[in-house]
Amino acid sequence: MEAEIYITLKRTVADPQGLTVEHALNSLGYQDVEEVRMGKLVIVKLNLKDKIEAEQRVDQMCKKLLANPIIEDYKFKIKG
Amino acid sequence: MKFGIVVFPGSNCDQDCFYVVKDILNLPVEYIWHKETELDSVDCIILPGGFSYGDYLRTGAIARFSPVMDSIVDFVKKGGIVLGICNGFQILLEAGLLPGAILRNANLHFICKYAYIRAENTETPFTNLCKKSRVLKIPIAHNEGNYYIDEDGLKNLEKNRQIVFRYCSSDGEVNKEQNPNGAMGNIAGIVNRDRNVLGMMPHPERCTEQELGSEDGFLIFKSMVQWLNKRG
Repeated sequence: MEAEIYITLKRTVADPQGLTVEHALNSLGYQDVEEVRMGKLVIVKLNLKDKIEAEQRVDQMCKKLLANPIIEDYKFKIKG
Repeated sequence: MKFGIVVFPGSNCDQDCFYVVKDILNLPVEYIWHKETELDSVDCIILPGGFSYGDYLRTGAIARFSPVMDSIVDFVKKGGIVLGICNGFQILLEAGLLPGAILRNANLHFICKYAYIRAENTETPFTNLCKKSRVLKIPIAHNEGNYYIDEDGLKNLEKNRQIVFRYCSSDGEVNKEQNPNGAMGNIAGIVNRDRNVLGMMPHPERCTEQELGSEDGFLIFKSMVQWLNKRG
């Protein structure tokens, strides 16, 4: 089983990196780009068979280490 | 009186801190490897700057789970004083010993230069020798120094007088132009509610001798010694 975990800065937190990329895309002619938010993708291989158990474990990992709840949001998908 | 300097894999200001305590303060000091859990022999702990665990994931996020950190939490509960500098500050935030978080500098640059900071609270173990609103000239060197806390958190910090240093001009004026990294409220350093844990982005250990361009950092170390002497 594999978990794909996406971590992004909260909406309320400024993301200067996303803003810089947004401006770069705009200046390349992509005027349809309204906003860019940057984040991290963490891929975790799990030695588990039960999807619900995997979800609980990954949620714990996010809360404990992978995301900082003061500044970040996370979401994840369990595959396989 | 003995100082302990914690060394994480990737700490790189540990030797500067050691030098200040040993050769400038002339006091006993020892390194504490991050896997140690016995802290009884020291009276005061410094978490030095650097790049613990390569700053992977988030600054301080992995170091915060080093075995020594549980012992530091106990040390703080018992009233011991802890100074976290730069990466040390980031670790204290991740560990929840100080409120808030650190973001990447707003201008996305690593900033390495002298900065001026104003002592906002001089009734702490770390600033008791500073006159009120004293301006200190202390270097900063970081990529992630942009202090963040939510609005309620910021109000609490102000109400409880936990903001110890703010970035300012050489004559002590706090304004946006003097904010190097985008930190909320120009915050450069904060204490916990009990006032025994200070986290700060500037590096006092890099400026304790006039030959290095400033000796203002010495005031912070000297304040700690003064406080520990008074406590007895």
